[in-house]
Amino acid sequence: MTESTISAPRRGVPIWAQIIIWLFLVGLLAIVAAGLSRAQQGTVQPGQVIDNFTLPLYSGYELDGKSEISMEDMRGKVIVINFWASWCKPCEQEAAELQTAWKQYQPTGQVVFLGVDYVDTDPEARVYLKKFGITYANGPDLATRISQYFRIKGVPETYFIDQSGVLQYVQIGPFSSIDQIRAQIDPLLK
Amino acid sequence: MRSSRFTFYILLLSLVLAGLWTGSAYAQGPTPTDNEVNRIARQLYCPVCESTPLDVCPTEACRQWRDLIRTMLAEGKSEGEIKQYFVEQYGVRVLNEPPNRLVSYLVPTVVILFGAFMLFRGFQMWIKPSMTESRLEDTKPEAKPFQDLYIAKLEEELKKRK
Repeated sequence: MTESTISAPRRGVPIWAQIIIWLFLVGLLAIVAAGLSRAQQGTVQPGQVIDNFTLPLYSGYELDGKSEISMEDMRGKVIVINFWASWCKPCEQEAAELQTAWKQYQPTGQVVFLGVDYVDTDPEARVYLKKFGITYANGPDLATRISQYFRIKGVPETYFIDQSGVLQYVQIGPFSSIDQIRAQIDPLLK
Repeated sequence: MRSSRFTFYILLLSLVLAGLWTGSAYAQGPTPTDNEVNRIARQLYCPVCESTPLDVCPTEACRQWRDLIRTMLAEGKSEGEIKQYFVEQYGVRVLNEPPNRLVSYLVPTVVILFGAFMLFRGFQMWIKPSMTESRLEDTKPEAKPFQDLYIAKLEEELKKRK
C-alpha cells in the first residue's frame, strides 16, 4: 500500500490576461522604437517638401507689412531660413554675410531671407539684430515648434528651399563667406 | 488762537496727503531678490542645456533668462504667469514638472503596480504545488500519479538486478 498524493491543479494565466500583457509589451516596444527612430533622425534632408508653418515677426522686422508670415506666403520664391540666437557666438560669424547677401537679392524680389530666433530673449535678440544691421524678416520660434519640425541640432543652421517648397540644401554651422551663400541660391534662381 | 489751530490742521492735512503721495511711488515694488528669482528659476530648465535647472545654469543665456524672471517679477507678474510665458516661448519642456500632473503621475504608477502584480503572480506559479490532500489508494497503476509510477518502475528494475 502506498501513499499517493493528489497535487493541486496548475492554474495558468487566463487568456484575456495574456492578450493584455502581450498587447502592452508590443505597444511599449513600439513607443520605444518610435522614440529611438526619431532620436536617430538627423535634420530634415534635401528633397523633402517643407510643410506650411507660420512665424510671428518682431516689430520692425516685418515682411511686406505683415507681422506674421507663413510658408504659403513665400511660395514661388527661394527661401533662406536661418536659425540663430543672440547667445550663439558662431552665429555672429555669419550675420554680416547673411545681411550682405540679403541686400544683394532683395531687389530681385525672388529671394526671401527669414531669420528664426531660437530660444532667445526679446531684448537680447533686438540688440543682436541692431548690432549686425540685419533688416530681413526675423521672429521668435515660439515653443520651438519650427526648430523641432526641422529637427535642428543647434545654431546656426540654414535651410535653402526652392520655389516649389522643396528643401534643396542644409548648412550646418556658420557660413565662411558670402560666396558660399550665393553658391546655394544662384542655381535655384536659374 | 483760531488762526494757529487752523494752520495746524492745514499742516497736518498736507503731511497726510504728502505721505499718501510718496506711498504711491512704491506701487512698482522693490527689485526682486536673487532668492525670489531662483525660487522660480528652480522650477524651470535651461531651454538649451540638457537637464540643467535654470537657477544653477552658468551660461550667459541662462543669466539672461534669470534677468527676464527678475524683470517680470518687478512688473508684478505672478509665478504662474512667468512659467506660462516661458512655456509659450520655449515649450513645455522647460518646466521641471509636467503640466498635466494627474495623467503624468497616475499612468506610470498604474503601469508599475500592474507589472509588479504580474511578477508576483508569475513567482507564485513557480512555487511547487503544495500537498493539498493525501490518502490511501489501491495499487492500480493507472490510478497512481506519475511520480509513483516512476518510483514503482524504478523499484521493479532494481529488484530484477538483484
